[in-house]
Amino acid sequence: MPLKQKDFLGLRGVPGEEIDEIINTSELMKHILMQNHKKTPHLQGKSIVTLFYENSTRTRLSFELAGKYMGASTSSVSASSSSVAKGETLLDTGKTIEMMGTDVLIMRHPLSGAPHHLAKHLKSSVINAGDGTNEHPTQALLDMFTIKTKKGKIRGVKVAIIGDVLHSRVARSNIWGLSTMGADVRIAGPPTLLPVGLESLGVKVCRTIEEAVDGADVLMALRLQKERQQRGLIPSLREYSILYGINNRRVELAEKDVIIMHPGPMNRGVEISSDVADADNSFINEQVTNGVAVRMALLYLITRRRGQ
Amino acid sequence: MLCIKNGKIVDGINKSPYIADILIEEDRIAQIGTNISSDSHTCIDATGKWVIPGLIDAHCHLREPGFEHKEDILSGMRSAAIGGFTSIACMANTSPVIDNVPLVEYIKNKSSSYGLIRVFPIASVTKGQMGQELTDMADLKKAGAVALSDDGKPILNSHIMKTALEYSGALDLLIISHCEDIALSSDGVMNEGEMSTRLGLKGISRASEEIMVARDILLSEVTGIRIHIAHISTRGSVELVRQAKSRGVKVTCETAPHYFSADDSMVDGYDTNAKVNPPLRAVFDVSAVIDGLVDGTIDIIATDHAPHHRDEKEVEFALAANGLSGFELAFSLACTNLYKTNRIDMIRFVELMCKGPAKILGIIGGTLEINGRADVAVVDPEKEYIVDVYKFYSKGKNTPFNGSLLNGSVLHTISGGKLIVHNGKII
Repeated sequence: MPLKQKDFLGLRGVPGEEIDEIINTSELMKHILMQNHKKTPHLQGKSIVTLFYENSTRTRLSFELAGKYMGASTSSVSASSSSVAKGETLLDTGKTIEMMGTDVLIMRHPLSGAPHHLAKHLKSSVINAGDGTNEHPTQALLDMFTIKTKKGKIRGVKVAIIGDVLHSRVARSNIWGLSTMGADVRIAGPPTLLPVGLESLGVKVCRTIEEAVDGADVLMALRLQKERQQRGLIPSLREYSILYGINNRRVELAEKDVIIMHPGPMNRGVEISSDVADADNSFINEQVTNGVAVRMALLYLITRRRGQ
Repeated sequence: MLCIKNGKIVDGINKSPYIADILIEEDRIAQIGTNISSDSHTCIDATGKWVIPGLIDAHCHLREPGFEHKEDILSGMRSAAIGGFTSIACMANTSPVIDNVPLVEYIKNKSSSYGLIRVFPIASVTKGQMGQELTDMADLKKAGAVALSDDGKPILNSHIMKTALEYSGALDLLIISHCEDIALSSDGVMNEGEMSTRLGLKGISRASEEIMVARDILLSEVTGIRIHIAHISTRGSVELVRQAKSRGVKVTCETAPHYFSADDSMVDGYDTNAKVNPPLRAVFDVSAVIDGLVDGTIDIIATDHAPHHRDEKEVEFALAANGLSGFELAFSLACTNLYKTNRIDMIRFVELMCKGPAKILGIIGGTLEINGRADVAVVDPEKEYIVDVYKFYSKGKNTPFNGSLLNGSVLHTISGGKLIVHNGKII
């Protein structure tokens, strides 16, 4: 079942069957990824461009490798080294890239809604690789894929998301996706880092981290976005870590077979202690592998839609 | 000589509408009565239509000088005339800022040379709208400034606001205040609420507006000088003004059509045409604004016509300019969301968009009376149409209402006795 829409901009409003389809396809892709010979012809003849207006290591590389493993030509444009620096608008940059025969444009941008804006004006598919504080849908897909792999299901799984939700596009995408898939999502974080009306998205907002973690099957720590903290929303990293850091004591409140997740990059000793991050029940590294599989699946499904 | 036959007249004086003819000679209303002979006159048949005073806008942006790519005085005046306006007061945030006599004269002279409608410049409260030094208010008034405002920017320093009120009060020159605590709104781009959370956009708290509304009410109260609050958008602001009025504070306020016509769900899909400051608020704010218009807490409707170029809206949401092109939909939005919903009648409408603004600005107009200035609009509040921004006379096509089905059109506009809009077209 190919995807219905031209673009993949977020998980808000994406039906459960589509998420299921991507996750199921990801399982197949992971098999390919685990083989010695990682080459499939699924994207042969397709052109994929990553257009990143923010720094990224894992997401960009993950998309590029996903494309390459499936035989696509992949190129990358960075904001600093492009005509963006000369004052070109996003629209003009996007159209220029499209006119070179691009099938899929993968975009990261510091402003929420930027890929939506571009997608409205392009015929190529646009995949959101993170827009401002809005969404990072492929991260949430890989998180859900990881949960499904470890827990055998998503429906009914208790997921505690801890930390800076206000600035976290990962949190927003996970909230949309996990809610659609029927998970029981609980949130905890400093009140200054929780957006207004979060409950209206269908999650439980807890007063303390202990309440959120209690009986959880999955603990997901969010990166404290230090670069966005200049406005004094928390008093200190020390106090943040004391109140909201995930440590062994808090992990003990969760279910015995709880799994630990983090979208990376981690601030060790701030939102997550090294003991927890490196423990046997931490799947932070496996998340990275799953990220490639999920992106292979998404690229395959989105290009298949585009008239293969 | 011009005769408007058989319309339903709301003259801004009588408490109920009546059917009559209006005879206009030169720039004056010569007669209002029945069966005025129409032989030797140009005649407009207004049977079944409403005949009201020309609309008056106390708050618009004509963008000239400095931003002529967005709008200029002529395009703005034509757009206003199409919207039924015969007098408009334009804000000072041009480039350079209207903070000196030559610029006030420039606006006055240039606008009157077109012979369309009356344009009243509003000068800035502080030099360069920097919020620090007062402008030469007496000189500005003498040159023709109708009021003072740093609109677009709030006057953050309370001492300067108090001083400005005291000084302008002695000149009987009104200050119109843009209420916004910049530290609270900071880099917000839409209303703070469930929708901003859904879209991952930085929100602007209602408190950003309300704190300054409260402050300005208090400053008006301690100085005893009247103040006019621009573009009220929140339930809390309406309540603050309601309380202030009940204890006798000399405060008046306006809202803009978009604040009683749309809520922040319009932003969904990152529609930059729905980006405006103050932002579109929640549903409960919209109904509080409507209640305020009905019960008299809100004195007038002003367009806050803020035209922008396409290039300034076809960008990432956070980078897009704030504002809506307002003249050409103001009447329809008021009809659709206030009149057709039976919240106000035409009498109240004329108070809100004709008589009230004239009184607040202290200008002639806003009523239809014998020997009065012949500024008239002939309107049909029932007429349904679909908004097409490409038919706008304004250079600014920026409105989230494009494609909406609205009620109410302006058929004819007569300004100073001259028919300038006929059947919805500029003559």
